[in-house]
Amino acid sequence: MSDKILIAGNWAIGEAAIRAGCRFYAGYPITPQNELTEYMAENMRRAEGGTFIQAESEIAAVNMVLGASAAGARAMTSSSSPGISLKQEGISALAADELPAVIVNMMRGGPGLGNILPSQGDYFQATRGGGHGDYRTIVLAPASVQELADLTMDAFDLADKYRNPVMILGDGMTGQMMEPVVFGKPRPRRYNEKYVLKGAGEGKSKFIRALILDALRMEEHNWKLVRKYRVVEQNEVRFETYKTGNARLIIIAYGIAARIAKGAINRLRDSGMKVGLIRPITLWPFPAQIIRDTAERIDRFLVFEMSTGQMIDDVKLALEGKGHVSFYGRPGGVVPTPAELAKAIVQEYRR
Amino acid sequence: MKKVFSRPRSLKSTPFHYCAGCGHSIIHRVICEVIDELGIRGNTIGVPPAGCAVVAYNYFDVDMLEAPHGRGCAVATGIKRTLPDRVVFSYQGDGDLAAIGTAETFHAANRGENITVLFINNAVYGMTGGQMAPTTLLGQTSTTSPPGRNAILDGHPIRMSEILANLEGTAYIERVAVNSAQNILRAKKAVKKAFQYQIDGAGFNMIEVLSQCPTNWKMNTVDACRWVDEVMSKTFPIGVIKDTGKGRKDAD
Repeated sequence: MSDKILIAGNWAIGEAAIRAGCRFYAGYPITPQNELTEYMAENMRRAEGGTFIQAESEIAAVNMVLGASAAGARAMTSSSSPGISLKQEGISALAADELPAVIVNMMRGGPGLGNILPSQGDYFQATRGGGHGDYRTIVLAPASVQELADLTMDAFDLADKYRNPVMILGDGMTGQMMEPVVFGKPRPRRYNEKYVLKGAGEGKSKFIRALILDALRMEEHNWKLVRKYRVVEQNEVRFETYKTGNARLIIIAYGIAARIAKGAINRLRDSGMKVGLIRPITLWPFPAQIIRDTAERIDRFLVFEMSTGQMIDDVKLALEGKGHVSFYGRPGGVVPTPAELAKAIVQEYRR
Repeated sequence: MKKVFSRPRSLKSTPFHYCAGCGHSIIHRVICEVIDELGIRGNTIGVPPAGCAVVAYNYFDVDMLEAPHGRGCAVATGIKRTLPDRVVFSYQGDGDLAAIGTAETFHAANRGENITVLFINNAVYGMTGGQMAPTTLLGQTSTTSPPGRNAILDGHPIRMSEILANLEGTAYIERVAVNSAQNILRAKKAVKKAFQYQIDGAGFNMIEVLSQCPTNWKMNTVDACRWVDEVMSKTFPIGVIKDTGKGRKDAD
């Protein structure tokens, strides 16, 4: 019997996290990700050694995760856009302390309180660190519920491997929609005990801190982090290409927008238009090389985002002035149909 | 010859960076003596704050995780829930605990988190240069209340210990001072009882320490110590504020 189940995105993240060995979750209610917090409330208590805390605030939740991570737990928190803004203090601290953690952002319309509808307006915040100081978080952008489950498991491994916060950047739609999922087999945790605070025993005491008052030492810590980020950039770039082989125009889109783009591309292909897709799966590190390589043979790109245009900056940086880049965006919680996007693509295609 | 006085095992030999007359170094030593006496050095994890005690890990020879400003109780919650058999304490100043971290402190207390909080009240923001704290006394001058704290403009000094004592989750709260030999001995007794309560699983416990800050109070040490008795303790009375008796009876 197959263990394929029909499950909503937010639940799939929770289930994948618990299967991956997540044993500490703290969260605060915010739409559209409440199902994840509720799933953890229901199921984390059943996991051996599992802790669920409904925190008093987003800030408290991420700082609880900081403590749990330092104490050796696989730890996660989740929220949606306004809540993620509040968590930035803790994400910056996790990056500075080199502590692993998984942070889920089910993006909604913004800025400010915005609304509770699917959006992609937090790309800049997610891929540029988001909080204060020189740092990066690894950002994974799932486009299906199956991928939410898979990438959640991967997120814990990546967080451990690089001792760095990892963000799962979804949106209100990926979180709410139900799709069939087969949960993968989690890999055994590989995390060096020497990084865990559990009391000094008879030995030397350890401390974890982000305050480094000496400028030269602080600088060295900054460069040390950058050296780590370079390794992440070399090893962890992920993307999908779809019908790019003979394409004359390439759509670049991530997450749920890429699903819409595939629908549009299939329609256009049916009427003979040669359109393909590059879908970044890691938003940081950004798949710049594949875009640059593609530009050797195709010179027209259309970036599609459910925002006013953020990832387009990374696309332009990747292209280094090559090719022609256009943009189609629907911010504010508007989810365009494949037909609407197809129309925008045709205009560009015929130009 | 018999050795009658030495540095506690849990205190590193690093010379303190604190100003002359400051209460922090006394409180550090008191905590370390208690950790030694309870034999919990290898089992203890401390959470230092942002503020004057930010480099507490240079002095405490126990595992430590620095908390972002005000988040000590949230960070300690994460550690304690993950490692419930460890002794976890948070060390926080008045700005940290009673202003920017009020929510974290209040809710950790309300959840009855089984942690110990050392709340260092010196009525000013020390490290940043003597600004008005939530605990600054009425009429007390600071760099941000130059004419003296005015209740109408600046609000009143907050008595966090009394506020937290109203919550069901708190097991033991006492306010002590470190301005005299006698008070230091009392403080040590309270700190030891607090750690013992945690070991006994009693729930949230906190020791508020009135700590002299001669530098920012612009006094010499003698006057600062006297001011704790004659002025500060009128607003913040010393003594047991709450004791549920949930800890071991001989904790006293």
